[in-house]
Order: sequence, then structure tokens, then C-alpha cells
Amino acid sequence: MSTTHEILLKSVTLPDGSTSDLLIRDGKIAEISSTLPTAGEVIECVGLRVLPGFVDLHTHLREPGKENAETVLTGSQAAVRGGYTALSAMANTNPVADTAGVVEQVWRLGIEAGLCEVFPIGAVSEGLEGVKLAEIGAMANSAAKVRIFSDDGKCVSDALLMRRALEYVKSFDGVIAQHAQEPRLTENAQMNEGPVASELGLAGWPAVAEESIIARDILLAHSVGSRLHICHLSTKGSVEIVRWAKSQGMAVTAEVTPHHLILTDEAARSYDPIYKVNPPLRTQADVDALRAGLADGTIDIVATDHAPHPGEDKDCEWASAALGMVGLETAFSIVYTTMVESGLMSWQRLIEVMSVKPAEIGGYANQGQEISIGSIANLTIVDPKAERVIDRNDLFSKGKNTPFHGSHLRGDVVHTIFRGKVVLRDQEMTGVVHE
Amino acid sequence: MKHLLSIHDLSVEQALDILDTAAQLEGLTSGAVKKLPTLRGRTVVNLFFEDSTRTRLSFESAAKRLSADVTNFTAKGSSVSKGESLKDTAQTLQAMGADAIVIRHPASGAANRLAESGWVSSAIINAGDGTHEHPTQALLDAFTIRKHFGPTMRDFSSLKVAIVGDILHSRVARSNIALLQMLGAKVTVIAPPTLIPLGIEEWGAPFSYDFDSELEEFDVVMMLRVQLERMNESFFPNGREYSRGYGLDESRLARLKPGAIVMHPGPMNRGLEISAASADSIRSVVVEQVANGVLVRMAVLYQLLGGPDLNSTGGTQ
Ligand SMILES: [Zn+2]
Repeated sequence: MSTTHEILLKSVTLPDGSTSDLLIRDGKIAEISSTLPTAGEVIECVGLRVLPGFVDLHTHLREPGKENAETVLTGSQAAVRGGYTALSAMANTNPVADTAGVVEQVWRLGIEAGLCEVFPIGAVSEGLEGVKLAEIGAMANSAAKVRIFSDDGKCVSDALLMRRALEYVKSFDGVIAQHAQEPRLTENAQMNEGPVASELGLAGWPAVAEESIIARDILLAHSVGSRLHICHLSTKGSVEIVRWAKSQGMAVTAEVTPHHLILTDEAARSYDPIYKVNPPLRTQADVDALRAGLADGTIDIVATDHAPHPGEDKDCEWASAALGMVGLETAFSIVYTTMVESGLMSWQRLIEVMSVKPAEIGGYANQGQEISIGSIANLTIVDPKAERVIDRNDLFSKGKNTPFHGSHLRGDVVHTIFRGKVVLRDQEMTGVVHE
Repeated sequence: MKHLLSIHDLSVEQALDILDTAAQLEGLTSGAVKKLPTLRGRTVVNLFFEDSTRTRLSFESAAKRLSADVTNFTAKGSSVSKGESLKDTAQTLQAMGADAIVIRHPASGAANRLAESGWVSSAIINAGDGTHEHPTQALLDAFTIRKHFGPTMRDFSSLKVAIVGDILHSRVARSNIALLQMLGAKVTVIAPPTLIPLGIEEWGAPFSYDFDSELEEFDVVMMLRVQLERMNESFFPNGREYSRGYGLDESRLARLKPGAIVMHPGPMNRGLEISAASADSIRSVVVEQVANGVLVRMAVLYQLLGGPDLNSTGGTQ
């Protein structure tokens, strides 16, 4: 097929705040001008902002192994609904993504779904057992070209294994994404350690269990000259440690989830395990520190830690419930409401934390590009004025485990364009699949 | 009052009302008449996911003395069973027409889930959930205290109470601290630092690591059961050292002020948190606590299931 494919975004607000028409031709941004002649598929964008498509570095897609919770396809649909044009599939599937075979399988499923880029993350250790290195080199050299390695869900708690992993990935500029959770300090832990946990009689999950691993790994990574990425920072102390490390010029990056920017451990008073998550919801002081850290650059990116679960895994008492919450479809609204509308950060910073920087950390060349002529058209178009009431039944994800059911949020994704094709239009799947 | 999940759900008036009702029930059932027709035709289910024969028997005899039908459902094994089964089990009981479900469960918040998840519409009584609360134990303890220090007492502010032991893991402590403080008592919490919950300052009760410093001042000394497994988790080195620091032995017993009482929710570890002599001394009210448990649980069932006025129905059997 040699017919050109064109999309015209009419009167769209650009990242700099100016309004323009934007023409996409054959997968790239072709023209940006105050008025362009009508061509191809026209999308009226008055009042809407175009942003580089979001990039998630922390997604649980559950395939292979738990397809009743999510598949690469349904996870991709959820991603697109949330304005994401790339996501990173965590390795804690069944089988674990610790071989070239499994990461290539996930990578191919992503291509077949065709809605966004799906980058598999490889396991650090065989079977996530924290004992022996997984075939990191084979995964890096596979068709999936894995660059991020993580035992997420579990912490690489063995200091020697962590050191070796950090060293090993240097040969291909890989990065270790650490789920910082000292296992002994969190045995049977249920929620943030503090007055609320004490009152509720739920075993405490101390902040220091996260902070001690972060401090250790920052020193380890620095000592061997490697890059460290810290998953889902959740405490004030963690922010302070990373801030110090950055002030020393150490190569560390960090992420925060949308839910840790807005929810606190007070939510656990309901005993509703929809709020049970790893790391746990912390206190308001932690939330404030995370917001400040995200705004000032201490925290580099927002990552969803999208963790779908079937209903029965949450429809039980707290201690038996699964950890985690879905996040792809609500991430933008939460980040916009808590950070931009509140005046804590600019649109430019939102673009950095949701798209540019995650693409850079993952080495995702086609993602996070500037909105300018010649860039690949991975874009999301958002309505900052939208008043949104979250309804779990509206989610594209198989997981309906959102803690935001019934919440009022500001700002929403309206359209998503992946490689120059509209995959989400007016918040509905278009059925277009990028071959 | 629809459910009894936590002491925090009660107002002072509601708590005193339960204690008054228990006293009234004691009067009505102390003579030849042991049984009241109050809850005839109502069904009470004891849903026990943890072994606790004494609590189950206490609820069972409370319900029977009010003429309710009682069904016991004991889940096999005492480990945390998969949550799905809590929901399924509860719905089965509902279908069987349970007016009240008395639940004992190893997971904190299990009673709250049962009451608030929409799975069932029965009245829920928390008979101990994990390390959260055991509200009827606190009510029976308050009832017992009242019998010793003033049966119609509405203000406990003249009383100093020590609660000693594994506060961190104790649902009895949580409920008692909340209730006794609500009633005005001055509660001091005594434990080694490893067994004091983080953030206890917010509970409003002063805490101490030293059992001996104010021993002579307490009117009530409430000893908590200590599980020996705790020493394997390094909460304390061994039973001997625990007893030395926090056990109620004869020498500590001898220092209590005249009229002071010794309480224990049972079952006791004789020789660990309480010596045999202390447990069997005249200061010990442990046996009374058991008897009072039935009366207080009758009062709770009566109030939740809305029986008719006691004065008009009492004593006809
Ligand atoms: Zn994680």
C-alpha cells in the first residue's frame, strides 16, 4: 500500500501553549502551522492539548500465566485509553520473563496487539528467586532487546547479586530497576507502619525497609559505576536519600506512582483491600514529599505499577487480598489534578515525567520525541478541563481494581495516536491496529 | 446500633447501656429462671475461623439463655483461609436465616468486611479479629471492674488501670484501652519496647517499659497472654527474661494496693505472664470474668437483635 495516510489536528494547543494545526503524514509529524488545509482524517482539537505519548516503565500485563487478570492486548487497550504509546511489561509472569524465549513472546504479543509499543522487562534473577542471575545477556540480545531488568514484586535483597547485576548490564547500557523492600523487615507486612496500622491491628510495613535498600543500592551502583533505577518511591526518607545522591552526581533515577501522589494510609481504615498495595500507601507527609520531589526533579518519572487482579482476589479480608491496583487509565488525570492543576508543576514538567524521561531511561528511541516536524507521531491529546468521575466498569483493563471508583478528577485523555494512526478516538478504541 | 465491630463504634452512653443491660440480665437470670424468651425464633450463628472454645461457648450460652437458635460453624484449620471462603460462607449463613453472625477470624478487619462489603445483611458481632479488636472482651472486663468498684458507676475516673504485656499483637488490649479510657479510667500500658505499637502516643494512654515503678498505684492490673512464639521472632529473648520484667509473680502481687484486682482474658500461661499463685490468689477475678462474659454477650445480642423490653418479658419460663 502506497497511499499516504494523513491526520489533521485542528486548532490544537501545543506544549508551549500556542494553538496551531498539526498534520501527521505516514506516521510522522509533517507540518505545524496556524492554519493548514483540510486533509485526511480531521480531528477538531479546540481546547485540547497535544502531548508526546506517555511512556510507562512499570506495567504488569500478567501474560503469560494469568490471562484472567490481564493480557498484553487488554493491557495495551488500557494503556491507549490512558494516553500511553509505550509500556514496559514487568517480569513477574508465569513463567517468569527470565529467558529470551519469554521476553520475545511478550514482545511479539505486543506487536500483534499493535496499539502501543510493549517493551518487556527481564528478570534480574532466575525465577525472581534472588539467588542466581537470569540470562540477562540473552534477553538483551534477543529480538526484544531488553534494557531494563527487574525482579519487581520482589526485592533483589542479596547485596552481592545486586552488585553483580548492576555491573553485568553495563556492557549494553542496561539498567536495574529495583523494587526496594528489605524482606525481613516486611515479613507478613500489611500496610504502612504507623499509628493507623497500630490502631487497625495490621502488621506494619516500615518506611526504613524501603529506605535502607535504596541507600544501599545507590552506594552499590555508584561504587561500580552503574545506572540504578528505583521503582515506586513511597516515603519522604526515600526522596531525601535520592535527592542527596543526585546532589553527589550519582547515576540514579526514580519513579513514583500516581496512587502514591494522592492516597494515604488513612484509606485502610475501611479494611477494603482495594487500597492494599506494594509499597503501601503512606502518610500525608510522604505524599507531600513525593509531590515536591516530582516537581523539583528528585523523582524523574511517573510510572503506574498497573497491577490488575481478578475480582475475587480483592473480594475478601485484607490479609488474604492481593497487592496492587490498576493505574494506566487514571494516571494522567491524577498527575494533572495533583501536580499541574494544583500549580506544583508545569505542562513541560508533566511531559518530562510522563514521556520524555521514561523513554530516555528505557532507551525507547521512538518515544518521548519533541512535538516538531519529522518526529514520530506517538501522541496523546488531552482535555485539561474535563471533569471526570472514575467508574471501574468503564475501564478497558480486565482488572477493575481501581481505588478511584467514584473519585472526581480533573483532566482526561481524549485521543491517542500511535505511529501516525488514531488508536483511541473520543475515548473509544478505533479498532485500528498497527501492523 | 446495627453491628458491634469495634469499641470505637460505641458512644459512652451505648457502652454503659450494654453494661446496665448485662446487670439487669444478671438479676433476671440469677434465681431459678435461667432462660429468657427474649430472642425466641431468632438465629445466631457462631462463625469461628480460629479455635477458641471458651469464646464460642460463651456466645453460645448467651444466645441460648435468650432462647435464640444457635448454629456453630467452625472453619477447618486455624490458618487464614482464602478470603473467597469468608464471603461464600457468610452468604450461606445468610441464606440459612442468620439474624446475627458472631465472627472470630485471624485476619484484622474480617468483621468489618463482613459488615460493610454488602455480602450479608445480618448483624455482625466481632468476637476477635486478628490483632485488631475484641470488643465483647473489653465490655465484660469493664463489667467486671464495675462489679468490684461500683456496680452503677458511670465514670471510671477514680481508677488507675495497668494493661501489661504484648500490646502490639493484642486485640484485647486495643479494645480495653479504648473502652476504659472512654469511660474515664486512667490507663497505663506496660510492655517491653518491642511489643509497644508504633504511634501508641495517639491512643492517649501513657506507656511504660517498667512494670515496677507505679505498681502500688493501680486498682486494676490486667495481664495479657504472651505467645511463646514471639521469642522466636526476637520480641524478647526467652520466657524467663520476659517473666522477670513483665510477669505478675508473688512479689509483685504482694505490692498491689489493698482492693486491687488482677485480670486476665485467658487462657493463661501460668509461669510466664502470671504465676500460678497470682492466678489463684484472692485478687484474681479471672473466673468471674468468664461468668460475666456470658451476661455481657447476652446484653450485646439483646441490643443488636432488638428484643422487647426486659422488664415486661423477664422471668417467665
Ligand atoms: Zn514493585
